[in-house]
Amino acid sequence: MDASIHIDNLSKSYGTIQALKNINLDIHSGELFGLIGPDGAGKTTLFRLLATLLLPSEGVAKLCGIDSVAEYKKIRSFLGYMPGKFSLYQDLSVIENLEFFATVFNTRIEDNMDMIHDIWVQIEPFKNRLAGKLSGGMKQKLALCCALIHQPKILLLDEPTTGVDSVSRSEFWQMLKGLKKKGITIVVATPYMDEANLCERVALIQDGEILQVNSPAEIVEQFEKDLYSVKSDDNYQTLLDLREFEHTNSVFLFGQNLHFTDTRKQFAEDELKQYLKNKGRSNIVIEKIQASIEDCFMALSTKPEANE
Amino acid sequence: MNEKEKVIRVKNMYKKFGDFTANNDLSFEVSKGEIFGFLGANGAGKTTAIKILCGLSFPTSGEIKVAGFDVYTERESVKRNIGYMSQKFSLYEDLTVFENIRFYGGIYGLSKAEINSKADELLDKLDLQHARNKMISALPLGWKQKLAFSVAIFHNPEIVFLDEPTGGVDPVTRRQFWDLIYDASRAGITVFVTTHYMDEAEYCDRVSIMVDGKIEALDTPEKLKKQFNVDDMDQVFLSLARHATNIE
Repeated sequence: MDASIHIDNLSKSYGTIQALKNINLDIHSGELFGLIGPDGAGKTTLFRLLATLLLPSEGVAKLCGIDSVAEYKKIRSFLGYMPGKFSLYQDLSVIENLEFFATVFNTRIEDNMDMIHDIWVQIEPFKNRLAGKLSGGMKQKLALCCALIHQPKILLLDEPTTGVDSVSRSEFWQMLKGLKKKGITIVVATPYMDEANLCERVALIQDGEILQVNSPAEIVEQFEKDLYSVKSDDNYQTLLDLREFEHTNSVFLFGQNLHFTDTRKQFAEDELKQYLKNKGRSNIVIEKIQASIEDCFMALSTKPEANE
Repeated sequence: MNEKEKVIRVKNMYKKFGDFTANNDLSFEVSKGEIFGFLGANGAGKTTAIKILCGLSFPTSGEIKVAGFDVYTERESVKRNIGYMSQKFSLYEDLTVFENIRFYGGIYGLSKAEINSKADELLDKLDLQHARNKMISALPLGWKQKLAFSVAIFHNPEIVFLDEPTGGVDPVTRRQFWDLIYDASRAGITVFVTTHYMDEAEYCDRVSIMVDGKIEALDTPEKLKKQFNVDDMDQVFLSLARHATNIE
């Protein structure tokens, strides 16, 4: 079963604002693919184009080999789309919403129960409650059931975990892993860099452009510089000090440490230590570390050519 | 920490909605200039507590003082001495940068001369003079966030409440935002912040974690990690919040 997505030179403008700039992307059948980028990067525009809800300004998108403009109706029959905003009927009950979506797609809940079963059992106890009265996590699960009820081949999820605490986020990713086993191609957008590692491949996207497409492991491998974690008695002061250090290439706060890269190929740890000591820092610890996706994203997005 | 001035004092705070206890016996103090992280899962009761501390909602019981004022009887004084910013509500999109500053300055009773000179200072600091007469809607999100924060502390409040200020913001801008937070803290403004980014929990001086209406942990990030014998705040959070029953 082909459930691939092929995107060729896709652009979308709103008036003078170019929301997507020449996007080229191939998403494989059955892949769990992440679209990683901040608000305003163009993730939602890309989803709406793929969901046949917007017309591209230029370029082509094909889902399962079918053109998103010429044959949009065909695509809608095998596409599941969960928008970022909760878009179910708040004044219908849980079960009424699900029945509604099943009917729209000419099918019945019972014929598709195998597809949604694992998620459905979690909200079934509330099936007679109005959708508007559900808690955030429950709404999310219902929306996912409604997006799946017609057994789509491709599932688009627009920021399903935004504003959700880290416990519910990890539960949601567990559900996605379960769906992937059923062979569905899943494209999920998220502003959380750490979620990139849960995808097979990701596209890092900012300001309407794709910075990089690769597996999380390979993105991390391609980090160009040696990365060091620096820690001291006062991390914020160390950050300010390092910004003034003549060999600093980049320095960022990173949880309990600072992440630092040097402009030189040969990094002199002792020299840096001495510099910080002279600035009055103590308990200085410097370690060479492996870059994370977030390090890579920041390095790519602050490259001169990527800047506005 | 005892010698430091306490700008938030909460003792045995309860908030009940019918038979549901949203805040269950909260007690904590926050010192002047401290960056205090207020964490918890969705539905743990954070928003309820913040509303009380901002003078927008009465507690059911407890002794609560914010900036030295009582949240039962001196709510207007509480409001004058705090700033507030959230991801959802910050600036008026259809006003210009300067109009927003003038509006907030006016609300807090600053004179025209004060507003003008402070606005210049602020726009210089943020490197936004060139955008002075631009509509907020035309600004990139990162600029908006920084401006929203600066406007929230424009009247030099004792405390600023930040409710998920960095949600959805790109990682570079998110860090620039924390620069502003540190800067404010060094200027003596107490920062009370909620976030879902656990790396940001590490940037706080102390962190409290709420589960089902109660504060289950409160300490420096360093000590919490030791206490739970884990490497980062994400794991501290997960080990506490997994037991929650009031999850949304």
